[in-house]
Amino acid sequence: MDDKEKKQDSLYVKLIPYFEKYGILLLLVIMILVMHILQPDVFLSWRNVTNVFKQISWQSMLALGVFMVIVTAGIDLSVGSIMMLSLMILAIVAKAGAPWFIVVLVPLFAGFLCGLINGLGITLLRMPHPFIMTLGTLYIFRGTGNLISGGTPISGFTDEVRYLGHGRIDLTWLGLEKSQYLPVSLVLIAVVYFVFWVFLNHSRTGKWIYAIGGNPSAARASGINVNKILIIVYSLCGFLSGIGALILAGRTDSGYPNAGLQSELDAIAACIIGGASFFGGRGTVLGVFAGVMIMGILRNGLNLMDVSSFWQQVLIGSIIVLAVYVDVLRRDFGTRK
Amino acid sequence: MTSTNKLLLEAKGITKYFGTITALENVNLKVHEGECLGVVGDNGAGKSTLMKVLSGLYKPSSGALFFEGKERVLDSPKDSQNLGLEMVYQDLALAGNLPIGENIFLGREPTKNIGFLKFLDFKKIQEMTSAHLEKLKINVKSADQKVEELSGGQRQAVAIARSTAFNAKVVIMDEPTAALAIKEVGKVLDLINKLKSTGVGVIVISHRMDDIFTVCDRVMALFQGTNFAESQLDKTSRDEVIGWIMGKK
Repeated sequence: MDDKEKKQDSLYVKLIPYFEKYGILLLLVIMILVMHILQPDVFLSWRNVTNVFKQISWQSMLALGVFMVIVTAGIDLSVGSIMMLSLMILAIVAKAGAPWFIVVLVPLFAGFLCGLINGLGITLLRMPHPFIMTLGTLYIFRGTGNLISGGTPISGFTDEVRYLGHGRIDLTWLGLEKSQYLPVSLVLIAVVYFVFWVFLNHSRTGKWIYAIGGNPSAARASGINVNKILIIVYSLCGFLSGIGALILAGRTDSGYPNAGLQSELDAIAACIIGGASFFGGRGTVLGVFAGVMIMGILRNGLNLMDVSSFWQQVLIGSIIVLAVYVDVLRRDFGTRK
Repeated sequence: MTSTNKLLLEAKGITKYFGTITALENVNLKVHEGECLGVVGDNGAGKSTLMKVLSGLYKPSSGALFFEGKERVLDSPKDSQNLGLEMVYQDLALAGNLPIGENIFLGREPTKNIGFLKFLDFKKIQEMTSAHLEKLKINVKSADQKVEELSGGQRQAVAIARSTAFNAKVVIMDEPTAALAIKEVGKVLDLINKLKSTGVGVIVISHRMDDIFTVCDRVMALFQGTNFAESQLDKTSRDEVIGWIMGKK
């Protein structure tokens, strides 16, 4: 009896790290199964699945950027505004008749610059917390976007500009039907997430980002230039928001003043659901992806079932609280052993 | 014995102000090869500030540092590390969310090139960590264990392992035994003696007279930010050193 208990116990202890790493994926799989049971004809259809990926495409970029910032124990509230400003600049440049490759590069550059401003503000102006700097730039960037565009939508981009957000990869050569295409934005998500996974887990800079989140004074004492790394992180976060703007331009074919309104909160929510810790140093790229997917699937599924968007807000809020509570419980078990 | 050994580190006339507060005033310090210098003093005497100046974390308001006879200006801890000067901080300066190996090599991770990109060489980190821990006889379950899962003594051991992983010439330890269980204190003191025998200069800041009188060759006392007294260990006594800490000669 005792032996048996011991065996179970050690198996349980062995499972903890796996649960810690992949538990969130389990939740995602359960959600997919539940949705499939509730909507057997529609939910897992080619059309709906590609729809989900198209819907989460630009949010997933913001979430990834915010995730890196959260790993350093910081926060970026300005990602929605960075995306809107980048989108407006893209629209103006496109309307001015610039060639498509310029139009495509402009939002990436603009996003990067906005992120750089955040990073420089936090480190050089020695803001007491990134919350304050990025709260300021949340207003500044959106205001600037409205100033340069006059607060009115600007529509109509060329196909090249819309490719990342709207393009389709034809799969008829695989024997699939014409409607069964691969959205370019899905491929883009996969590529960007893979590149950042490699960056965060296999490069020195990535390791230092985690170290800064774990113990900034240890990082400093190890000779790591903490301010430089923070500036890199906020700049990359801005750059990813710029990619988000490019995707959104493709999806909506217009630059509009309300783009990305409150999407910074969605991005933060996805990170938290995905297991990132606000205290820094914890969380995985895979977890963020799962967090984004969970929010996307929840919205999609509730739409399919014709549930009002007010209920969606209530449910997403509940999931955030629940996900973090599960995390708290898990840590309790983990430390007791 | 120490006077014949090579002078490794010398601080001359170090003064440090924080605004209107004078933390250090005209402080001098020397460490030779294979020597252990004990630094004692009451809270606020300036011990930690002095160590932070030596490690490059603080810039002195005036005064100069000489390393192996050459004057050096330290702009960051990286500079002192490059010279072979390592610091073991009282708060251990470890990132709890990272494994032992990645803590030991934090900031100096071995990499391998794939094309023009540099990637972390996890295999090498693991091998070097195991070999290094083995050499210092530090027992942990595996080099992949996260530091936050370790006991206080194990963390101290990792911190010391970290400081000596790159052929350090001088190691500064701030209260190395303060947070340890009694049986772990002996291990750490053994480790210090081992370092000395390999020619490393060690500076130990400690409140514990047992530590000072077990491993040190020389002891100096700071009082209110100034050099108060200094002696070879065999020419002084515990009572005298305790008197120095309280400002009595």
